[in-house]
Amino acid sequence: MTSTPPRPRRSLSLAQREALWAYVFLAVPIAFYAFIRFWPALQSFYLSLYTWHVDPARRTFVGLGYYRELLENPVFHQALKNTFMYAAITVPASMALGLGIALMLQAVGRGRSAFRAIYFAPYITPAVAIAWVWGWMYNYNYGIINTLLIEWYVFLERFGLERLAIDPQRFLTDPSLALVSVSVVVVWQQLGFQVVIFLAGLQGIPRIYYEAARIDGATPWDLFRHVTLPLLNPVIVFSVVITTINALQLFDQIVNINFTDQGGPLNRTLSIALYMYQEAFGRARLGYAAAVTVVLFAIILVVTLIQLRLTQRRVEY
Amino acid sequence: MKHLVRALLITAAVVIATAQAQVTITYWQYDFGARIDAMEQLIERFNAENPDVIVVQENAGPYASYQERVAAALAAGEGPDVVQLFYGWAGAWQRAGYVEPLPAEHFDEEWIQSYFIPMVESVKIDGSYYGLPTAVRALALFYNKDQFREVGLDPEAPPATWDEFVEAAKALTIKRGPRFERVGFGIAPNGQDHHVVRTVLTNQLGTPPYSADGTEVLYGNEIGAEALAFYTSLQTEHEVGVNEFVPGANGYREGFINLESISMIIDGSFAIGNVRTNAQFDWGVAELPTFDNGVQANFGSFWMNGLTANAYASPEKLEAASRFVKFVTNEESMQLWLDVVGELPAARTLVADPELTADPVFGAFIAGLAYAEATQFVDEGAQRSAMVDAINRVLLEGADPLDSILQAAAEDQALLDAANAQ
Repeated sequence: MTSTPPRPRRSLSLAQREALWAYVFLAVPIAFYAFIRFWPALQSFYLSLYTWHVDPARRTFVGLGYYRELLENPVFHQALKNTFMYAAITVPASMALGLGIALMLQAVGRGRSAFRAIYFAPYITPAVAIAWVWGWMYNYNYGIINTLLIEWYVFLERFGLERLAIDPQRFLTDPSLALVSVSVVVVWQQLGFQVVIFLAGLQGIPRIYYEAARIDGATPWDLFRHVTLPLLNPVIVFSVVITTINALQLFDQIVNINFTDQGGPLNRTLSIALYMYQEAFGRARLGYAAAVTVVLFAIILVVTLIQLRLTQRRVEY
Repeated sequence: MKHLVRALLITAAVVIATAQAQVTITYWQYDFGARIDAMEQLIERFNAENPDVIVVQENAGPYASYQERVAAALAAGEGPDVVQLFYGWAGAWQRAGYVEPLPAEHFDEEWIQSYFIPMVESVKIDGSYYGLPTAVRALALFYNKDQFREVGLDPEAPPATWDEFVEAAKALTIKRGPRFERVGFGIAPNGQDHHVVRTVLTNQLGTPPYSADGTEVLYGNEIGAEALAFYTSLQTEHEVGVNEFVPGANGYREGFINLESISMIIDGSFAIGNVRTNAQFDWGVAELPTFDNGVQANFGSFWMNGLTANAYASPEKLEAASRFVKFVTNEESMQLWLDVVGELPAARTLVADPELTADPVFGAFIAGLAYAEATQFVDEGAQRSAMVDAINRVLLEGADPLDSILQAAAEDQALLDAANAQ
């Protein structure tokens, strides 16, 4: 038996000490985050139980009264429905387009980073600027989209094919079109984010799997279906969760694209976040608005948990 | 050396003494160039005349986020002592505790009633006034005289009736294909037009929008439907305008002033400055048209100076803040506000000033003020939405005006009931 050389007595090993320091450093941002994020979030639960008054002594307890009110409020129902519609449209659309563009960019040899920069530009452009430019583009009388539709009609008319033309559209004032029009802007804006995330994911897939599959006679579709998609799963999970949360919190684009009638026409573009803002600061009903945020919080929590449960399957290599 | 120390000590003592005697009052209004300038000038005068008080104007950000900032600051126990607010917000702000009543010991009710024009009564809640205006506004018709000439209309004879208005608007409208090159009237439900339907047209047709005690909506009937039907017919039947013709905040005004693609708009006197500075054409202002019965009506409104709970911190502060509110609403201040901002004075004596009534621009507004009514709102944001939606249901969904106005009246009544129950 060989005796180990005596070590100086230390209560903590090196690894433990390193971990301890890591916790100390992590604690600072966590404390900060808890103070500016978690604490106010908890306070909104409390606020939602009282009528709002700047002087806490003059708030009246209403219990779950505001929750009952919002269950019955048709505008809240509309906002809830719209918000789910935004998620249902923008999440699949931006992901499918993002993945498609990423696959094409991967196939492009030259100028990939230039393309990537172009697709990413909308993502870092302020939502306000985007909403204003799109507001003009969508406009019935001045907008370029309707100008093109009219030119297209004039072109077809020459060949007697007017039936193939599309009438100019009131993209933002037609109650049946407005939500889709806003969604298009959101998808366009988020596309760059998706492209970059998917490109990174694609580059992380080892070439060797593709080569092996090809030797086994796999078609390009097989490669995509059985190699690319499964190996992209972590990226897809991340992307679904982030885009869904973004969609559920949609605010800037909606506020600015129809600035005179925010959430309009007839509340057809109203999101829960905007509804909450209007109640809180347009009508000074912070108690009710706090109840709306609590509900929004619950929705995001539940949706995210379901998504994680459904999409986070183990990937077998 | 001894002298120097003594001098320093004395100076210090004097500085401390004055500082203790002085009360600091913080003033907030939303950021708009001319209003800030005018207030700075008023504050300078006030501070010079009142050495025991220092008023400081703080930047409270743009209009769009103004209410948000006031709410956040007051909830944190900070922010203004004297605050400027739109009269329509008084109800919501009072319930939230952003604004407190003007103290009766410093503001005599009889003086308020004899000095200010009657619309100030609209911000009396449970017998207390919640603010007093330096300036008031009314609506009028702005029109492009050059375009009147171009289509053969007499630029010096603007439409006096709604029939003439429709005829003029038709003559001015130019359509190209499915789109408009120019519209006769700038439709803006969310601009001033919801006031036009709610307050102007209903009054012209014979009913005020709300009962005198402010508890009942009176436009939920045939008269309200007629008002809404007439207004929406401008787009649906006469095709002299279209909702969201020019996009963006105040698109109707931009279209009139800058694009010159809108010939007539109904706007408040607060637009005078913008039109005057930017319009590159000959323009005029006229009183609002009437129906054949000749009944005139107008919507008046105002921003006012109110006190927050902060002003109630001590009797000295309350007295100083009250003194400041009285100062900014005295006749000289109103005159300065008119000169710098271009808004009409709120005192009976000044409104009757012959020089002002004869003014080609202010005259139309002053004439309108004489019969203007400031709608007594309990929750301006929500009441506005109810009427804007009523208009949009007809314009965008082809709803029947009667059904649409009944729905708006029911929503509005629920808001009145909720506010009056508190």
